[in-house]
Amino acid sequence: MKHPASHPGAPAIEMRGVSVSSMRDESTVVVEGIDWTVAAGDYWVIAGLQGSGKSDFLMVTGGLMPPAGGSYRFFGEEMPIFEEARLKERLRLGMVFETGQLFNHLTVAENVALPLRYHRNLTRAQAEPEVQKFLEGMELGPWADGTPGAIGRNWQKRVGLARALALEPEVLIVDSPLTGLDLRHARWWLSFLDQLSKGHTLLGGRPVTLVVTAADLQPWKGRARQFAILRNKRLSVLGSWEQTESASDELIQELLVTEKPGL
Amino acid sequence: MPLPRSAANYLGRKIFRFLLTVQGLGAFGIITLGVMIRRFRASRHVIWPLVFQETSRAGLRLLPMFLFMSAALGLLVIGQAVSWLTRVGAINYLGTIMVLVVVRELGPLLTALLVLARIGTANVIELGTARALGEVEALEALGIDPVHYLVVPRVIGMAIGISALTVYLILGALLSGYLWAFIQDVPLRPGDYFRQLAGSLSGLDFALLGLKTCSFGFIIAIVTCYHGLAQPLRLEEVSYATVRAVAQSIIACVLIDAVFIIIYLAA
Repeated sequence: MKHPASHPGAPAIEMRGVSVSSMRDESTVVVEGIDWTVAAGDYWVIAGLQGSGKSDFLMVTGGLMPPAGGSYRFFGEEMPIFEEARLKERLRLGMVFETGQLFNHLTVAENVALPLRYHRNLTRAQAEPEVQKFLEGMELGPWADGTPGAIGRNWQKRVGLARALALEPEVLIVDSPLTGLDLRHARWWLSFLDQLSKGHTLLGGRPVTLVVTAADLQPWKGRARQFAILRNKRLSVLGSWEQTESASDELIQELLVTEKPGL
Repeated sequence: MPLPRSAANYLGRKIFRFLLTVQGLGAFGIITLGVMIRRFRASRHVIWPLVFQETSRAGLRLLPMFLFMSAALGLLVIGQAVSWLTRVGAINYLGTIMVLVVVRELGPLLTALLVLARIGTANVIELGTARALGEVEALEALGIDPVHYLVVPRVIGMAIGISALTVYLILGALLSGYLWAFIQDVPLRPGDYFRQLAGSLSGLDFALLGLKTCSFGFIIAIVTCYHGLAQPLRLEEVSYATVRAVAQSIIACVLIDAVFIIIYLAA
């Protein structure tokens, strides 16, 4: 899908003084004072302990929840975008949820086809070749006709990724991709995100800007290019891997110990 | 005598909550109508199959149950009416009674309540579960309007389904009514019975029947979708939402019915 460039040169994500409230209770602020800029082509990993507000932060970043305060611009456009007229801007961003959050009444193939069919008004048959491309490219072919409930959690997450990529977004936000995965699937995710960041053939070789949340930092060594952590209701930008690794902070050292040795 | 303070507080809270619900339902209904009109032709390869699916679910698939209900309704009305009309020598009013009771009142209301029980409750559970599992956020993340994708097909499907089922229920009840009368040896020939029916029906009956059944379908779909979708739910809250939706749908249908009675009386 061809996306408009309404503000050429504008950063992909620009937050100034943004506060994030909890999804469950809007009166509770979980992160505040966020000043953060993501340039096109960046590959960010935001780490934090459980309950640090990673998912709420991603809900605001993904434009699903308005910031409780401050200004958030996405390619120069005020977020969140709800107006139909600005939908094309909105679709420059894709989101993968921690548990996949697939539509349980649809099959795997229908899940991937839905955004394509809805936005391009395609029949099932018209969407089929593109859906097949994503299913095959992500090794989901054997599960195409199964419903999400009939496939394992490892594969559900992958279907969530395929669905988010179907509209070929420029920025992809991924919530805790490695959580709950076995080693083989975790390796696949790291390699696939790496390829997306550099330009995957599934998206015509165009590099995707990535923002990923994680429970630990170690698996992202040599892969992600920018790191930050969420703690004490603040987003602290750490910089490159070298800068992150050399930090003497206790929490950072704790996050550098991986939950998945072998990655 | 003034109400005790605690009773006044309780009453005030109840009234305030009722007004908030009415406001929420009204806003949700207007938003749905707006989306329905504005996006009538948008994504039709996705939305129209869903409309057919919902129409089939709230209409065609309930036909066997409605065939039984129509036979039962005919028996109930004729069974009671015949014995009394024979006693007072007013058997010529059998057709009129069938029109008054079945066409104007029981047919549409009974259909609405049965569809509410079978499909309305399923709506709240499906949408409430989808909401609790984050499927609605997933739709929004994909730029898909949840009202367009989840609510509009249900509203159209339920309005068409209830209208069609009401017609079947009425026809079935009128037919079975005559059969029961025939079994009870009522001296009424089929031609006379149908002449009575035709004589009691006016153009207004057809117009108001269509309007009333569509209103029932619209309001049941709006109330059930509102309780499933409009507020963040946890899985354990879905059953409470279902109970609330059923109670409010019944009240809304009875109120709509009352409005139509006034229209009938005024016409």
